[in-house]
Amino acid sequence: MELRQKRKLINNLALSLSLAAMAFGLFWLAWILFTTIELGIAGVSLDLFTRMTPPPGASEPGGLLNAIAGSVIMVALATAVGTPVGILAGVYLAEYGRHTWLGHATRFINDILLSAPSIVIGLFIYAIYVAKMGNFSGMAGVFALALIVVPVVISTTENMLKLVPDTLREAAFALGAPKRVVILQVALKASVAGVITGILLAVARIAGETAPLLFTALSNQFWSLDLNKPMASLPVTIFKFAMSPFKEWQQIAWAGVFLITLGVLGLNILARVLFRQRHKN
Amino acid sequence: MTPSATSTGSPRHWGDWLFFNIARAAAALTLLLMAGIIASLIHDGLPAIKRFGFAFLWTGEWNPPMEQFGALIPIYGTLATSLVALCIAVPVSFGIALFLTELAPPWLRRPLGIAIELLAAIPSIVYGMWGLLYFSPIFAKYAQPALAGTLGKLPVIGSLFQGPPLGIGILAAGLILAIMIIPFIASVMRDVFDVTPAMLKESAYGVGATTWEVVWNVVLPYTKVGVVGGIMLGLGRALGETMAVTFLIGNMNFFNGFSLFLPGNSIASALANEFAEAESELYTSSLIELGLILFVITFIVLSFSKLLLLRLSRQEGSRT
Repeated sequence: MELRQKRKLINNLALSLSLAAMAFGLFWLAWILFTTIELGIAGVSLDLFTRMTPPPGASEPGGLLNAIAGSVIMVALATAVGTPVGILAGVYLAEYGRHTWLGHATRFINDILLSAPSIVIGLFIYAIYVAKMGNFSGMAGVFALALIVVPVVISTTENMLKLVPDTLREAAFALGAPKRVVILQVALKASVAGVITGILLAVARIAGETAPLLFTALSNQFWSLDLNKPMASLPVTIFKFAMSPFKEWQQIAWAGVFLITLGVLGLNILARVLFRQRHKN
Repeated sequence: MTPSATSTGSPRHWGDWLFFNIARAAAALTLLLMAGIIASLIHDGLPAIKRFGFAFLWTGEWNPPMEQFGALIPIYGTLATSLVALCIAVPVSFGIALFLTELAPPWLRRPLGIAIELLAAIPSIVYGMWGLLYFSPIFAKYAQPALAGTLGKLPVIGSLFQGPPLGIGILAAGLILAIMIIPFIASVMRDVFDVTPAMLKESAYGVGATTWEVVWNVVLPYTKVGVVGGIMLGLGRALGETMAVTFLIGNMNFFNGFSLFLPGNSIASALANEFAEAESELYTSSLIELGLILFVITFIVLSFSKLLLLRLSRQEGSRT
């Protein structure tokens, strides 16, 4: 009787702790989201989208227009550069290289790149591009972000292609389709929702990346669309403004954090919903 | 699935051959990228490597005006914050995985799992700014005095929890890091717990084991390789995390003692703060050598994680 009670007690204790752990995780999520929304909304105004980042001690209110534009440009270009490479490599891994040494090696290295410190990617682009060109530039930022897109797209593309049943491919082969047509028009088409999910997740990931931009794109206080010059971005501007002692700058940084959080979480949820809907049908 | 690379000259085969090689080149690019990162870091770090040799690793002095550079303080900061993060994140992640696989009603599992995964989606700059401007004053006012009054009084580990409650420092950075890596560890643990064969669990339940006994004596031993792999993945993430740590660690290049309340510096935050401003060649190359050290450490940790997870899935494959 006593042993049984002890075992039950331990069980209840452990399960309560497990519940507490879950609550602990949710608590931080709720707390961070709540303060971000509360402090961020206070800073959101039309100025944010129409004015440039303010110089120190400016009397006029400032905004984030140049930072938002820079982020949109760099994220869009990085996605455009990184996605085709990622999809092609993912196709190789799933359709050609499942059992080749190149396939195994790529899969292994890709999983490491997926979690590798993004600041090192920044260092790499600095070494091979910024140092050679002689100045920080938006283009360098694009390359750094593209290198983060590639592993994300590779791994989702490979996983999604693996979900496509082989019978589908065999049916296409039986109709006389060459392999590239089978891959492009049957296998990839069947997994298009999954591949798009991967791209959305990659966009969400790079939209909030700060570290790889610090010494590639740097930042720019002024309006600039020139990819050969330093370019402002939302995360780097937040970093600068949050670390500053000025209240107005911190206010703008909170608004920026709010925009980024909203965008990134929105993309994440959108990606999941999209993927789920396609796979229900 | 063998590559149809036999070119017979007809356009159809030629097209296939071309597509195959483009895809293969894209895959090979990943390997080239990895090799390129390591080669460029070694090349650009060479001046510092030549100047300081291996002593770089255990020299504590970081003095840009005097051109004296040693990596000990940032290495210590990186390892200390990551270890603090693991100490908090591992038990919590285990609890979350246990809750999601054994305890939660099925309809709640998916939404709760997504909520935890969203913790990983929040950009690290958000954690950083929130941590510095909002969390650290609260942490300094309530949590640190409480810790100093309880854990700080214990004999051996007490010295870790003493000192001025600054709100920032190794402990604060480690705590925020813990929250950031919980979703990675928890989701690997949940996935490996899920692959435990139902028959094993049911046999244990059948002889009267409690839920806890099933998890502790059946599920955990069966999945321990994967669990360690998940922890290593979290460690790899924690080591290289930049922005949140940069905001919270205090960026102090001196060693004042082992107390976790004290500010320090990590490799990634030293890079984030100092790289764009580094003027001299030796300064830049010392920072790049720091980056190389970070990359090598995370490479080893993440490879280990990947090998363990591969071993678990191979073991899975041979059983079914």
